[in-house]
Amino acid sequence: MRKQSGTGTGLKNFPLFATMSVMVFLFLYIPLLVVVGYSFNSNRVVTVWEGFTLDWYVEVLGNDDIQRALFNSLRVAVVATFFSVLIALGLAIGLQRLARAGSTFAWALIGSPLIIPEIVFAIGTLALFVQVGVPLGLTGITLAHIAFCTPFALLPLRARLRSIDIAVYESAADLGANEWRIFRRITLPLLAPGVMAGALLAFIISLDDFIVSYFLSGPGATTLPVYIFGMIRNAITPGVNALSTLLLLASIVFVSISYVITRRKR
Amino acid sequence: MGNARDRVGRGNAWATMPGLLYLSLLVLAPLLVIVVYSFLSRAKLGVGVKWEFSTQAYADLFFSESLSGVRGFDPTYLQIILNSFWFALVTLIVTLVLAVPIALWIATRPPRWRTLLIFLVTIPFWTSLLIRTYAFLIILNDNGPINSTLVGSGFIDQALPLLYTPFATVMGLVYAFLPFMILPIYASAERFDFRLAEAAYDLGAAKITVLRRIVLPSIRPGIIAGALLVFIPALGSFLAPELLGGGKTTMIANVIASQFGASRNWPFGAALSVMLLVITLLVLLFLAHLARRTNKSGLESNMEALI
Repeated sequence: MRKQSGTGTGLKNFPLFATMSVMVFLFLYIPLLVVVGYSFNSNRVVTVWEGFTLDWYVEVLGNDDIQRALFNSLRVAVVATFFSVLIALGLAIGLQRLARAGSTFAWALIGSPLIIPEIVFAIGTLALFVQVGVPLGLTGITLAHIAFCTPFALLPLRARLRSIDIAVYESAADLGANEWRIFRRITLPLLAPGVMAGALLAFIISLDDFIVSYFLSGPGATTLPVYIFGMIRNAITPGVNALSTLLLLASIVFVSISYVITRRKR
Repeated sequence: MGNARDRVGRGNAWATMPGLLYLSLLVLAPLLVIVVYSFLSRAKLGVGVKWEFSTQAYADLFFSESLSGVRGFDPTYLQIILNSFWFALVTLIVTLVLAVPIALWIATRPPRWRTLLIFLVTIPFWTSLLIRTYAFLIILNDNGPINSTLVGSGFIDQALPLLYTPFATVMGLVYAFLPFMILPIYASAERFDFRLAEAAYDLGAAKITVLRRIVLPSIRPGIIAGALLVFIPALGSFLAPELLGGGKTTMIANVIASQFGASRNWPFGAALSVMLLVITLLVLLFLAHLARRTNKSGLESNMEALI
């Protein structure tokens, strides 16, 4: 008897795999749903359900400190996104042209923020800033965010660049275009979706960062996650959940858009 | 002419200069400053260091002065480092056990489903770690959903003390890093030709044998990459022990944070960070040895599973 060909029948029905997968998905999503669910709790004690209300959203959105923290976060994220995308664009274009040693060094630099524990970077940057006199606060936070947003801005660019057919460049060269013209008229327009996707990811990474911002925030210059951490430390009310829900929503919307852009026309 | 034509559109190495310069200043320099600070003396007042060579910070890792002024071996920090190691190891094992089945299951779905399912795995990664950790603060609370269900249904009389335990910390860590284990394993499994597994199956191998002898060795690179992306960040975790461990399960990062905060002993905090970096390097070398060849494209292709 011939088995159905294609994606492997032997393991397709491996016992328990489907069940375990469903359970892992539940494990991944239930905690997020719990945070969202309790944001509508009218009780001050977050974990004791009383009734449905939207009051917490009204309260947190009307709070001056929270508005300021949110504004700070957005300002940092916009500037960090802009510069990390710019840097990533340069890296994306030039990385494959680097000699072997240079390439290894470059990848170590780009990859290390993804592997080395964030706390080490946070206090290292803090020490560096104190040493060279960069004042703590939004500027310092932004400078640090640019660095660790860069790998996330770079990934979609690299993926996009690889999908471009070399023949396009060759035809342009044959028609007499110089390198700069090819970059401006061909590479850049073709890279545009990658730039957009990378920018969205960088923005999310900056907006959600807690640890680096926590150590680099000066007096009066907190970002939203640092503010939320303070709230959690004080007294947990559904207000924390309401803010968290808004931040979760922002992440999910941005990543989904980035995902759609990346997958299109591939 | 042919040469120039080949080169065209392939990029320009100079374009990487601003990026490499910037990352050298904000990734490499902070690490170097940490190493330098770990060999300096503690500032008498306020923040920072005193520029005077000292190995005191490293000595403090193992020795302390008792109330009577006698210096002796003190395992406090060694214990915290070992604790962190243990937490990271348990996290690694649990995420591995959870990740392999789901990664293989997704990899054997029709292509259309695969992209959607793997996207669903990535979403939690892109949400704030602070919020994801906070979620467990609610879930494991004395009157949180777990306890109220158990008490409400009469299974137990009193709430289980779930929060502020090592268990809570591990839960937070597993939750934080699970996507990092699933994605690289999936990336390996997706490249695996499942017809091989089918062939073995057709030849009479039991499913468990197919899994153990054919599938698992093929997804080994993914497992190693996942181990790298889970173990080291877990080892240096700050939020899970801070919020869920409740001071009872201190990890290295919490001590580092307190040295740069309330304790104001920057050289000691720096020395602990150097320890963390050294362990990171050792784990990297070990995993590189396991993988025989570790390369940048490996990391990149694994990270690309994220987008």
